This record gives sequence, structure tokens and C-alpha cells, in this order.
Amino acid sequence: MNLAAANNQALADFSTVLIYSAMAVYVLAFVGHIAEWVFGSRSRVARTAEALSPARSAGAAPAGRGAAAGGSARAAAGGGTAVLDRPAVVTRSGSARADVPDGPGAAAGDARGDLYGTIALALTVLAFLIHAAGVVTRGLSVQRVPWANMYEFSTTFSMVAVGAYLAFVVARKNVRWIGLPLVTTVLLDLGLATTVLYTESDQLPPALDSFWLVIHVSLAIGCGALFYLGAVGTVLYLFRDRYEGKLERGGSPGAFATSVLERLPSAASLDKFAYRVNAAVFPFWTFTIVAGAIWAEAAWGRYWGWDPKEVWSFITWAAYACYLHARATAGWKGRKAAYLALAAFACWLFNYYGVNMLVPGLHSYSGL
Amino acid sequence: MSHVDSTDVGTRGEDARAGVADGEAGAAEARGTEAGAADARAADADARAARAELTTTPAEEPTGGAGERGAAGIGVLGWARWFWRQLTSMRVALLLLLLLSLGAVPGSLIPQNGVDEFQVAEFKENNPTLADVYEALQLFDVYSSVWFSAIYLLLFVSLIGCIVPRTWQFVGQLRSRPPRAPRRLDRMPAHATWHTDAPPEEVLDAARGLLRGRRFRVAGGDGGADSVAAEKGYLREAGNLVFHLALIVMLVAFAVGQLWYVEGGKLVVQGHSFSNTLTQYDDIRSGPFYDYEDLGTFGFTLEEFHSAFEPSGPQKGTPRDFRADVSYWDSLDGAEHQDTIEVNKPLAIGDSRVHLLNHGYAPVVTVRDGQGELAYRGPVPFIPQDDNGTAQGVIKVTDYRDADGEPDQLGFIGLFTPTFGIDDRRGPHSTFPALNYPVLSLSAYHGDLGVDAGLPQSVYQLDDTNMEPFQDESGDILRKALLPGESLELPDGAGTLKFERIERWASFQISEKPATGWALGGALAAIAGLAASLFIQRRRVWVRARAGADGRTVVELAGLGRSESARLPEELGTLAERLTARAARSDAGSDAVLEAGSDARGEASAASASAAASASDADDAAESGAAAGADAADPASDAAGAAPRTVPAQPADERPRSEP
Ligand code: HEM
Repeated sequence: MNLAAANNQALADFSTVLIYSAMAVYVLAFVGHIAEWVFGSRSRVARTAEALSPARSAGAAPAGRGAAAGGSARAAAGGGTAVLDRPAVVTRSGSARADVPDGPGAAAGDARGDLYGTIALALTVLAFLIHAAGVVTRGLSVQRVPWANMYEFSTTFSMVAVGAYLAFVVARKNVRWIGLPLVTTVLLDLGLATTVLYTESDQLPPALDSFWLVIHVSLAIGCGALFYLGAVGTVLYLFRDRYEGKLERGGSPGAFATSVLERLPSAASLDKFAYRVNAAVFPFWTFTIVAGAIWAEAAWGRYWGWDPKEVWSFITWAAYACYLHARATAGWKGRKAAYLALAAFACWLFNYYGVNMLVPGLHSYSGL
Repeated sequence: MSHVDSTDVGTRGEDARAGVADGEAGAAEARGTEAGAADARAADADARAARAELTTTPAEEPTGGAGERGAAGIGVLGWARWFWRQLTSMRVALLLLLLLSLGAVPGSLIPQNGVDEFQVAEFKENNPTLADVYEALQLFDVYSSVWFSAIYLLLFVSLIGCIVPRTWQFVGQLRSRPPRAPRRLDRMPAHATWHTDAPPEEVLDAARGLLRGRRFRVAGGDGGADSVAAEKGYLREAGNLVFHLALIVMLVAFAVGQLWYVEGGKLVVQGHSFSNTLTQYDDIRSGPFYDYEDLGTFGFTLEEFHSAFEPSGPQKGTPRDFRADVSYWDSLDGAEHQDTIEVNKPLAIGDSRVHLLNHGYAPVVTVRDGQGELAYRGPVPFIPQDDNGTAQGVIKVTDYRDADGEPDQLGFIGLFTPTFGIDDRRGPHSTFPALNYPVLSLSAYHGDLGVDAGLPQSVYQLDDTNMEPFQDESGDILRKALLPGESLELPDGAGTLKFERIERWASFQISEKPATGWALGGALAAIAGLAASLFIQRRRVWVRARAGADGRTVVELAGLGRSESARLPEELGTLAERLTARAARSDAGSDAVLEAGSDARGEASAASASAAASASDADDAAESGAAAGADAADPASDAAGAAPRTVPAQPADERPRSEP
């Protein structure tokens, strides 16, 4: 196929239509999630308060024990000695806070809320498929990876974020709580991409036509998307942690806070989720920067030149390193570390939007 | 190492509000009914021993604690030691890292000398007062400023001071055996108990075999001991050390690269050559220790330059392809080699790399003087000013005689447009970067070019202070737009300039940067180390088997990890399963009895125990498939190791509190 002829405008237009369609379905998913949260608010669960109430810890409460059993956990719940395939493993944790059970999720057991939640999830899957088709056709229309400008970067970024979320769902991880914030931000991201950032589809200028670009940019997108999920976890952790703290001190949080936060996973779970995601992504982010340096060496003759984009990648990297260090440093765990994680993600965002739009530099995507 | 205090071990997953002495009292209270104080103390020391040396992370010393003041009291040496301890502590490493990232910010917002001198000059012109302040703070050279260097040098020292003792300590840990089982295994973060008919020795034997088979380091369990101790995941610590050591390698490689680099630019017209000596460079700079005598011996000729541009569409004019065909020679054999240099594909000759940077057009002109003599002939590179190749240049003719035969000098200021276009706003400009309609517009001057004054002068600028424009009939500055082949007649027989044809030029960056390989190697080692350090868990497992009161064997299994993971209970579950299978008599296959739960159930029945509530809640959740429990997302967890279905565990990594 002739490369010059490959710039298939019709396909590119089709891609744009797909992205708009995906946005429409995301809007429906958004509505579904809202309905899920609204119906879920009818249920009155307060396990957190129960777990944390001062009354409980005043009694001869256990120092946090839960049964993490294998084969026949039901036997444990049912009481009585049972014959097992596999012995039960008992875990104990240090504090009441670590034992706070996770919230029941947005629908909180409400049947209609649950229905809407399921619909929202199904719509998200549908929107994701359309979204992915949009990204792929965009790439096909120019016969290259679709990451050469901010429009393509943004659409791929939100696609990966949703894909990662759905992968967690498929792996049966407790991540449904991300649904609403994720769909909301994906809509914002796509809205921005299709209006402010839109660039006609085209081939790559030679400086961007490199194997290392593919590695570098695809990793950057993937890392950003996962860092984003981690950041959502961190923000919710901060709210939930304050809520639990208040309960622990015997306070009574507002009705809205109670209704919403009660349904989220416990602060400990959210914190752990955020930590795991950030920690797992960090080596990949490091590699992203290294791949970028290798590319810069090939394209510009120096692997590091303190170009604004490089500086902000470095700042982001150092900020996440700070966060990981903070988690290992007494007195910096918990909220302080969470703030560091958010600052680090803010650096990532600035590196993407701020540096591309505000600061002139070599990463202007303009070629030679 | 002395600064490792076992109480620090495994504190990472703790309560978000973990203070220095967090929750100790609460934990003690919770256990109050279980054992007497003395008993608890002994058990605690025991548990501490079990946790000892599970990491090499330095313990945090409480800020301003009594120990600090005591040290300060003993004079200079005490201060020095205090300072060193502070510098190599995690807290200070954290602060330095934070400072490093903050310190890097201004360099991205303020123009930098090393990045774009032109912008710096412009900034200084527009903001003279601010520029003075910035200058004083070295904000135009952030990355080589005293304060930025101070931050990373301190970090560097801190890193070495931290990493060296930790390495030794780790070597010591590798040589020692896993600590023996604590007396109360049920106080470990995760444990299981069951009864079996197999005799204790057999269980312990089986345990040893099982653990060895799963690549644990195993100790004890033979010669009458009632327990086996095992440890695994040393690679985590090793990875962490490799990561930090690799950072040192990278920093040293950067420094070497900065101190010994050389980098120069050269513009070469098609058909012309460059040889790698100082005088041939248009501009060159180097690190303070580089000796120009060491420039590699080589040279190259730009045989042909190719380019292609997007011919139409919204991105019309965007470059599509650049290629410089060169032939080069080096000191090895002097023979000519052919190669191409592309934007992303530099040419390596010896230790040097030749990068293609820019390209443009060089109109070839012939100038004849007032006497009809050839005064100048050659290609004059014009420097592109925009993406469509609108280029500026000057032609300087130093060896010239006017119509009367008097020596004079000529200067032409020119605008070259590969594809000519004109509009009201921009005047003449190029509309496409390829040579579709090339036009050279010139205005002519004569007088003193100033090139003899001995001051360095840009070949791309005309200093017109001592020059006078030629005038046309109407008295305006003489200007003319030429197509290739056309000539500009200077008035009154002062000479002619003929625009012969157009050559192409390409500019190259020729650089040598030592230790690049080391930097890359360090970076890759750092990533590998990091991955090991973040994805591998270091953990200990103990198995104790002894005869119970009823004559059957009581097997206890306990695990302790140092980092946050729900995988430990899962691993223990698997171990227990395998162990029951291995150490089972023929009839004992299904004889593993849920014993461990009894404890929890007992407590659960005590009024409002939410632990059980949570267990069953979560169990329901797992049942309905709606939630996978607290083990929310463990990107690092391998599905293979996961239990068939594990009740959402309480975070297993929380360390049991120690007694105050
Ligand atoms: C150039 C500066 C540094 C960077 C970029 C850096 C980065 C990191 C990163 C990303 C981790 C996470 C790995 C993990 O959690 O296992 C880590 C862990 C660690 N770092 Fe650094 N580090 C630096 C300097 C230092 C210094 C100066 C010290 C000594 C005080 C230090 C001590 C440690 C320790 C002990 C850990 C392990 C923490 C744990 O056990 O979880 N680091 N570092």
C-alpha cells in the first residue's frame, strides 16, 4: 500500500465519529452511575461506625482478627468445627482502623441501585469498545501509532485508563468505586481532546518517527492512566480517612459524607490500592524516562538536556520516589504520603497539559 | 548495623495516623486480658527477635530525642556524628529528594543558558530588573547553580552513607540463618493451626522439604527442635540496594559526561567536506576537562541531501523525510565509507556521533566588481526562519573594487524563499519548504563591512554602521528579487551579482560524550533493581509441630512479611494445604481440622465483635461475586499463587504491636 495514499481522510473522519459516539455512551454510563449512587443512598449501613465506635474498643475487643480461610470459609462463619481441605489462615492486624470493613459499594445492596450500576458498567464496556475502535481507526488512517499529537495522546490516555479499570473489574478486584469518577474525567478528557486539542490526522514528522518514540509514548500513556487510577484512590482515601478518623474520635460526620463515604472501601483498602498501583507503575515510569533519553540521544544528540518536558518528567519521577520513601519513613505514612502522591500526579498532569501548552521546548511535536 | 532497630520492621502498612509511638497503648489494652505483663514482655522480645533483620531500612530516630541531645553534648565529634546520622536518615533523604524536585522547577519556567541562550538574552532585555535578581540567584543556570548542585551532592553523599552500611548489613543477613520460631506463633500477622495424626518429626521433615522446594532458606527442625524457620525474598533487599547503587553509577556517569564532553556544530554545503579539527567548527563547547587535542581524527563529505515534505492537506509543508548521504573517513584506515545520517539515526565514528540538526538552501552567487573582475563566487547558506523555509542570509564581498578601481567592500542582505509568495501582512515569504518557485531578494550596500576590525562577526548578519545602501533611480534602497539565472546590476557600473543556482546545506552536531554507556547501564540496572524491590516480598515462615494433649500432633504455621501484601496469607494457605497433604498418613488426608478459627469465633461471640461481622460480610460479598475483598488490586500478584477463594483478609502485614 502506498504510504502517501494511506492518509485516509475518510477513515480519520470515521474515527472522530467513533470518539463522539463513545462520549455519548460514556454520558449514559455516567447517568447510570449517578442513579446507582442515588438509589444506593437509601440503604442505611454503618459498618464503619460499628467497627470504630469507641464503645467497641472500650470492651474487651480483639486486637483485630479476621479469618482468612481457604476452602471452606463458610464453615467458619457457620460455627462449629468442620472438616476442611485446607486449614484456615488467621490474620491479625495492629489497629482497629486496619480492621474497618470495606463499604458495600455504590449501590449498597439496593436492588435498583445495583441494576443501574450494572447497566453503567455494561455501558462503560460498550463505550470502551467504541472508544478503542476510534483510537485504532485513527491509527489505521495514518498507518502508524496514533500518538503524535495531544489529541491522539488524550484519546489514547483515557482509553487506557478505562481499559485498566475494566481489567481490574474482570480480575474481580474491588474497583467498582472508581466507576463514577473515572467516567466523569474520561468525559472531560475527551471533551477537551475533541475541542481544544483537535488536530487533523496526519503522518509523523521524521523526528517523531522512531521505535523509541513508540516505546516512550506508549509507556507514558499507560503510566499516566494508571497513575490516574492511583490518584483517584488517593483522593478518596483522604476523604474516607477523615471520615473514619472522625468516627473513631466519636464524632458524627455529615449525612452526605456518611452516605457517600460509607459505601467506599475502607481507608486502609483505598490506601493500599493507591500504593500498589503507584508502586507498580513507578518502574515503568522510570523506564519511560530512560526510553525518552535514548530517543533524545538519537534525535538530538544528547540524552539529557533539561528541556522543560524532561525536567517535568524528572520532577514527576522524583516526586513519586519521594512518595515511596515517605511510605517507608515513620511520621510520613498515611495522609502526608498521600499528599505527596497527589503532588506527584499533579506534576504528571502539568507535564502533559502545562508543559505542552505553556512552556516552549523541543517537545513541540513540530519536527526538525 | 547499629541503626537498625528491629521495632521499625514492617511498619509500612500501618494505620494512616501512625505516629512515633502510635497505638502501642491501645494494643496493650487489647491484649490485657490475655496474658500477664511479664508474660507479654517475654513474648514481645520473642516476637521482636522474629522480626529482626528483616530489612536494612534505617530506623527513624525520633526528632530531638534524648539521644540526640546527648550526642550533641559531647562536642565536635558528637555533632559530626549527629550530622552524619541525620544526613543518612530516611527523613533527610526524603527532604532532599523533595528539594531536588522543587529545585528543578524554576529551570523549566525560566529560560536557561544551557538550553536556549537566545531566549535568555531576550528575557534579560525585556525584564532588566528581574534579570539581575535571577542572575544573582543563578536562575538562568539552575542545573549548574551552586544551590542545585548542593542539593544533589548532599543527596549523593546521603545515598552513599545510606547504601554502604546497608549493603554490609545485607551481606550479614545473607550469611545468618532465619531466626528461630517465636514461642507464640499465633501472635504473628498470619497463622494457621491444625491437628494431624502424623508424628511431629514427619511433619517437620515434610515442612523442610516443602519449603526448600519452594526455594525458602530453611533452618532448624532437626535434632529434636520442634520448629522449622524459613525465609525467602532476599532479592527484594538486593534489588533495593542495586537500585540505589545504580543511582550512584548514573550520577557518576552524568558527572563524567558533563566534565569531559565536547560538542560542536558545523554547517556543510552539499559537496563540501568537514574535518574534525577545532578550526573547522562553526561553534564548539566542551566540559572543563576536555582537551581539544583529543578530538577524534575523521572527516566527512556531504554528498547529497534529500528531503520530502507533505505536499498538501492541513499539515502541508510538514517535513516527512530528511536524509544526508555522506562519505567519511576515520583514522583507522583512511578509507572512505558511505553512510546516511537521518534525524533519528546519527552516525557513529569512533567515540564521536554525528547528528543531523538542520538543513536549508544556499544560493550560489557570482559577484563581479566595477572592473568586471570576479570578486566572489560560492554558495551562501541562508538560515531558515520558519517552517516553510523563508530564510535570511548575507553576502559579504571583501575583495572588491568599485567602478573607479578604488578598493571597497560590498554587502547584500538577502531573503530566500524556496516557494515565493507575498501578502500584505508578511510581505514576501515562502509558502512551501521545497524549491517550487525559488526567489532571492537582495538589497545591496557598500562601505566598511567591519570584518577587519578583528572582532568576531556572525556570517549571517550584516553590520551596516559603516555601510551605505546603493540607491535605485528613484532614490530608494536598491532591492531586487532574482530568479535563478538572473542578475542584479549595481548602479553606475559598480558591478553585478548573478544568482547562479541553489545548493543545499545541512548542519551537523558532532559530539563526544563519555560514559553514556555507563549511564544507560546504570539506568537499566536501576529499573531491574526497582522492579525486584517493589514486586518481591521478603517474608518468614515458621512451622512448629509437637504432640498435643490428645496425642495427636498440633501443627502451627505462621508467616511474617515486611511489606504490605495480602499475598502472605494466601501463600500460607497454600503451604498449609501442601503440608497437610504431604505429612498426612494414608487416612489423614481429610483430617485437617479448622482449629484456628475457634479463637476468632470465641471473640466474635463476645458481643459486638465486628471482626467476625466483617469476615462474614466480606464472605458474602465474595460469594455473590460483587467484590473481591480488601485485596483490592494487586497488580503484582501472580494469579497462580492465589488461593482458590480467599476470604478478604485483614491486611496481613500489619505488625502486631509491641509492648511499650
Ligand atoms: C537519588 C535519590 C534517591 C532516589 C531516587 C531513591 C528512590 C527510592 C525508591 C523509588 C525506593 C522505593 C523502592 C522500595 O520501596 O522498595 C526507595 C527505597 C528506599 N530508599 Fe531510596 N532513593 C534515593 C536516595 C536514598 C537515600 C539517600 C537513602 C538513605 C537514607 C535511601 C534509602 C532507601 C531505603 C532504605 C529504601 C527502602 C524502603 C523500604 O524498605 O521500603 N534512598 N528509594
